[in-house]
Amino acid sequence: MSIAESPVRPQGPPLKVVYKSQTKATWCPGCGDYGVMAALEMAFKALKIPPHELVLVSGIGCSSNLPHFFKTYGFHGLHGRAVPVATGIKLANPSLTVVVAGGDGDGYGIGLGHSLHAMRRNLDMTYVVMDNEIYGLTTGQASPTSTLGAKTKSTPLVGVIEAPVNPLALALGAGATFVARAFSGDPKQMADLLAQGIRHKGFALVDVFSPCVTYNHLNTFDFFRSRVYKLESVGHDPSDPVEAFRRTLEWGERIPTGLFYRAERPTYEELEPALKDGPLTTQRAGLPPDVDPLKEFY
Amino acid sequence: MQELALRVGGAAGDGIATVGETFCRLFTRQGFYAFGHTGYQSVIRGGHVWFQARGSPERIWSQGDGCDVLYALDRQTVEVHAPTLRPGGVLVFDPEKFSVAPEQVPAGVKLFPVPTLQMSRKFASEPILQNGVGMGVVSALAGQPLSVLHGILTDSLGRKGTVLSQNLSASEAGFHYATEHIGALDRALPEKGGTPKLLMSGNQAIALGAVAAGMKFLSQYPMTPASSIMHWLAAHAEKFHVVVKQAEDELAAINMAIGASHAGVRAMTATSGGGFSLMVEAFGMAGMTETPLVVVESQRSGPSTGLPTKTEQGDLQMILGASQGEFPRVVLGPGSVAEAYRETARAFQLAEDWQTPVVVASDLYLSEDVQGLDREDLPALPPPASLFTVPEPMEGGNGYLRYKDTPSGVSPRAIPGQRGLMFDAGSDEHDEAGRLVSDVLSGIPAYVEVRRKMMEKRMRKLSGIRAATPPPTLEGPGDAELTLVGWGSTALPVRDALPLLKGQGIAVNYLHVAQPWPLHGEAIARVLRSAKRTLLIEQNFSGQLGRVITAETGIRFPDTLLKYDGEPFYPWEIVTKVMEVTGRVHR
Ligand SMILES: Cc1ncc(C[n+]2csc(CCOP(=O)(O)OP(=O)(O)O)c2C)c(N)n1
Ligand code: SF4
Ligand SMILES: [Mg+2]
Repeated sequence: MSIAESPVRPQGPPLKVVYKSQTKATWCPGCGDYGVMAALEMAFKALKIPPHELVLVSGIGCSSNLPHFFKTYGFHGLHGRAVPVATGIKLANPSLTVVVAGGDGDGYGIGLGHSLHAMRRNLDMTYVVMDNEIYGLTTGQASPTSTLGAKTKSTPLVGVIEAPVNPLALALGAGATFVARAFSGDPKQMADLLAQGIRHKGFALVDVFSPCVTYNHLNTFDFFRSRVYKLESVGHDPSDPVEAFRRTLEWGERIPTGLFYRAERPTYEELEPALKDGPLTTQRAGLPPDVDPLKEFY
Repeated sequence: MQELALRVGGAAGDGIATVGETFCRLFTRQGFYAFGHTGYQSVIRGGHVWFQARGSPERIWSQGDGCDVLYALDRQTVEVHAPTLRPGGVLVFDPEKFSVAPEQVPAGVKLFPVPTLQMSRKFASEPILQNGVGMGVVSALAGQPLSVLHGILTDSLGRKGTVLSQNLSASEAGFHYATEHIGALDRALPEKGGTPKLLMSGNQAIALGAVAAGMKFLSQYPMTPASSIMHWLAAHAEKFHVVVKQAEDELAAINMAIGASHAGVRAMTATSGGGFSLMVEAFGMAGMTETPLVVVESQRSGPSTGLPTKTEQGDLQMILGASQGEFPRVVLGPGSVAEAYRETARAFQLAEDWQTPVVVASDLYLSEDVQGLDREDLPALPPPASLFTVPEPMEGGNGYLRYKDTPSGVSPRAIPGQRGLMFDAGSDEHDEAGRLVSDVLSGIPAYVEVRRKMMEKRMRKLSGIRAATPPPTLEGPGDAELTLVGWGSTALPVRDALPLLKGQGIAVNYLHVAQPWPLHGEAIARVLRSAKRTLLIEQNFSGQLGRVITAETGIRFPDTLLKYDGEPFYPWEIVTKVMEVTGRVHR
């Protein structure tokens, strides 16, 4: 599927919409997160989402600074708690486009529980995890996706001795309805996956290899560039959950990117009775005038 | 004061709560005020459970002291509760289950053996039907007509056809049995009081107050004694158009509420101390991002898991100190079911007016016990005005400063979806536009200034809130020989103790601090300085409110009545302490 497909809002703004803010990104030169920022901008442009209808929600980490570099609505919350904030925003006003952005520590470490529950709820939001296999902001400790044996500031002697989490396999197990992987070295593929993820009705996880050039000298751009291949190039069928799971286990010399899995399932918002009459933000508030709320207490 | 207290006790699973609530309704439907107190444990079967329903033609505020009818479903109930029977009272039990010796009850109390099981077998084989007989017996002893009980049963069992008819027959049999053998007690209330009363728990009042105030979103994780807020709202979610989200934990619960509020609806989360401990970081984020938020903290005995089903006011210091750094917060401590309704509504208004978190500090006693009320106690509230202070549209919007430094500290608030007003809300320190100051810029002289300015902007709200909110009220006679000082649910037993003390010729008043923070220090100091003598009364070990008052006013509390055994105060305990402090009795 190409990024140029019909936009989310066909009657959207004309071409000259600015998504980026005046704030210059503060990442290290060469950081993989620049690629994510570029890809997100491409996706927003392609989908023509009005910036005021976009909410970028993040936690804490280098990657989580991303909302500040966009001129959309943004919520830069606590380490690991971006997803519940986004959940509250989406449930209050499902007409907003909600994109969560953060790091592997944020989403797969301290906030893993929230990530899994959001997936099973199938809220209509997109979660971009800038997975650099390290804690960048805190200057280089092991993360939940750090490679076995990786020597980091917190594992200086024998390296990491716990097996890394497999975020895509977890996402499949948790019931995510859109599971994809991108690489910062290929922003166009990433933009396409992000656009698809945003258009997807349900929870979309886009895990991105986004190298930390300062603290992770193992999982570098070159490391990924020599290993990644595109799932569509091998004819992967994203509607097949078993095959998708098999592909998430591939690691080593060849690592797949692209869309692993996609399914249709009602979203949480669709099933929530209180949202039947539209977003909470547009409903009347207070006790309804036509019922006596005290009657049941007699 | 005329009053009657009906008590029932048994094991968990014996249906005690249902029987107790029915007793309460015998009073409220007949137009009497009531108070229902439940004592239970964190087990689903077994354990000792009891319920006291107290009724009176006058307002009552607590479970009171002692009882007049004790319906004992097991032997333990007799052992624990028979000593509380007042002269003229009756102990109802089934001799098929156990026997009671006359020495087991106080003088002047009658034993009334009723074959409840045997009688109920006529109508159904389930032993639970014995309560049908038991309720009939107690109604007759309470002097209330059978039709009232039948009305209550019909409303609660309405759709369960045979169960209802069995219960109606069983209760009728019990009623006639008691009428024939004993009849109504001498202390029984007249057949009719005033207008029928509502029967409501503190948690129901909190939930109703929240909806009345325009709450649209509740996220919560189950924890006694806050759970029933979620239960009630979940059952009414569709009718009142409220999203009720059970979160995966309390961290998620509070962050979801902050998200919903950020998106433009009034939002709340509710928990007990353990859950609030997990919410602490995000509580501070609501202060930093200036997001309106209401948190209900219904306290139970701590520390740690503590006594999960027992009451305490031990979390005040935690609530006041929760979260790193400094930010404005409001803490309210309602002192009755009606206050729980009004104060919850006020919490939403304060949260929104001042864009900061507000805690409604309840406790198990207030949250779960039920009180009889008049409709007027729960005034209707005007529908909330628009939440957003920035007119739409503001095309371009480049001049918009979400965190504009204003004289009040409150800045114009836009919400996502409004055209041209995009901003970032940040848990990091930020400037007036919401741009990040931390990480990169902090330490640079211009941003040292920004930090100072933003701290002062936020903290300025506190004096505004203090000035805009009413100081505590002094209840009781103006000229008293002793002034009690407390907060929250302590007001309940105190309000029942004051008339008892008056009856003893002791004039005592009560300073009810319904807003522990920001404290109205000057107003409190004025009252305390003119008081002849004070007695600090709190349901905790260290007198936490007293410490706050001392810190704010320099005034100390030489005399204290502190309770931390998990049980609420009984009026007699307060009376006894006052007699001691005022030199009426010597220990
Ligand atoms: C509750 C809490 N614990 C710890 C921290 C410190 N901290 C900030 S970012 C971070 C890890 C960041 O790693 P990741 O999420 O992978 O983001 P990255 O910087 O790599 O993009 C930690 C531990 C914090 N801010 N809050
Ligand atoms: S430390 Fe690593 S993750 Fe952080 S900005 Fe620098 S390169 Fe990027
Ligand atoms: Mg990382």
